Amino acid sequence: MPIIKIPTPLRPHTDGKRELELEGKTAGEVLAALLALYPDLNDHFYDEKGEMRKFVNIILGESHIRDLQGLDTPLADDDILRILASISGG
Amino acid sequence: MTTLTDQEFLRYSRHLLIPEVGLSGQEKLKASSALIIGTGGLGSPISLYLAAAGIGRIGIVDYDVVDSSNLQRQIIHSEETLGMLKVGSARTRMLGLNPFIQVDAYNEPFTAENAMQIATGYDIIIDGTDNFPTRYLSNDVAAFLGIPNVYGSIYQFDGQASVFDAKNGPCYRCLFPAPPPPHLVPSCGDGGVLGILPGTIGSIQATEAIKMLLGIGSSLLGRLLLYNALDMSFDYVNLKKNPKCPVCGENPTITELIDYEEFCGVPGHHTEEWPSEWDISALELKEMLETSKPILLDVREPHERQISDLPNSVNIPYGELASRLSELNTAQEIVIFCRTGNRSLHALEVLLGAGFRKLKNLEGGINEWAEDVDTSLPIY
Repeated sequence: MPIIKIPTPLRPHTDGKRELELEGKTAGEVLAALLALYPDLNDHFYDEKGEMRKFVNIILGESHIRDLQGLDTPLADDDILRILASISGG
Repeated sequence: MTTLTDQEFLRYSRHLLIPEVGLSGQEKLKASSALIIGTGGLGSPISLYLAAAGIGRIGIVDYDVVDSSNLQRQIIHSEETLGMLKVGSARTRMLGLNPFIQVDAYNEPFTAENAMQIATGYDIIIDGTDNFPTRYLSNDVAAFLGIPNVYGSIYQFDGQASVFDAKNGPCYRCLFPAPPPPHLVPSCGDGGVLGILPGTIGSIQATEAIKMLLGIGSSLLGRLLLYNALDMSFDYVNLKKNPKCPVCGENPTITELIDYEEFCGVPGHHTEEWPSEWDISALELKEMLETSKPILLDVREPHERQISDLPNSVNIPYGELASRLSELNTAQEIVIFCRTGNRSLHALEVLLGAGFRKLKNLEGGINEWAEDVDTSLPIY
């Protein structure tokens, strides 16, 4: 199953888990599986209107899924997705 | 005819020996200029290494004063400069390290009003700020001036770095068109940061700035570096220009500086002007506790309670609050607190959204309680 890596700021919502193996044939399906498991994360990804928030970045390997096929990007079983954190500390 | 003096030949000897730098490179550095936004965690190593490298003119922008809680990571400052202006403290240290450079100190917040005036004339901007409004401002200023913006950002054990340059590649907004809403991102002031982390990321930013000014090597332009100190991992993400970027895309919607605090929904600079009708001061809470027994809701992480605590408080960390609301009762008065009053304000918003109304937010957090009421508690 594909693996999705959880960035530090989101780990309080995933019981501290750093990565999860989730069912899904596309990036969107894996994200949906993550949100089904941890509904608290919905607020992070989608706004009140149900639209994906603009700061959300999902990465496959070294590529932004925006530069692939977005949420429809197909995944192989050993693919690793990464959610990019938006951090501001300095 | 060289512009270096005999003293500078000796000082920069190790640069002069590298073929990629050499005499012409060192002269380039001497003729170049860099503007560093912030003289904090990231700004410390950036300022020190750019000064040591002999960048001819370095601008530093900050409005804060040196505080002892800075010294765990802001190594340009010291015990001797506590209470001094950060730009003054940094400038003295930089010129102490290298008197052959010019350091222009701007003791003011970097804002939409003064940013273009300050930044015009510099070859490169280095973003060492600690907040979203100033990050977007640094990006936009660099994009409008057509100069690179060397990005770095940190949180706990995680760091990010890149070079943004709207003229030749992606900018910060290509990656993050808009910031997260404030309640979704903890700051280092709330979540903490490993002291050496800005040392690593700031050094990478300084390296990139020096390379860009010399025109050598492969920069991080078009690549985002993701560093994790716990794993000691370095990962990269390829970044492309985003055609929909509001600043450098095909149809830009932002063509001049905007109100960045409004855009991000947070103040960019530590300010007293963020009043909340729900606030209660430590002294008011002390009075309240003499006549009533509200729930004292501590939204800090459990390990912070080992440092200081209020008697009979209940701990639900902010990150768990939304899923543990059933442990609270809307009929009871609740006073929420954290370290400084920031996380508790976000927690208050969560509770308001869930229908709670009998709420108070301890202004200044447990640190204010430690300062004004129970001085036996440490301030952290």
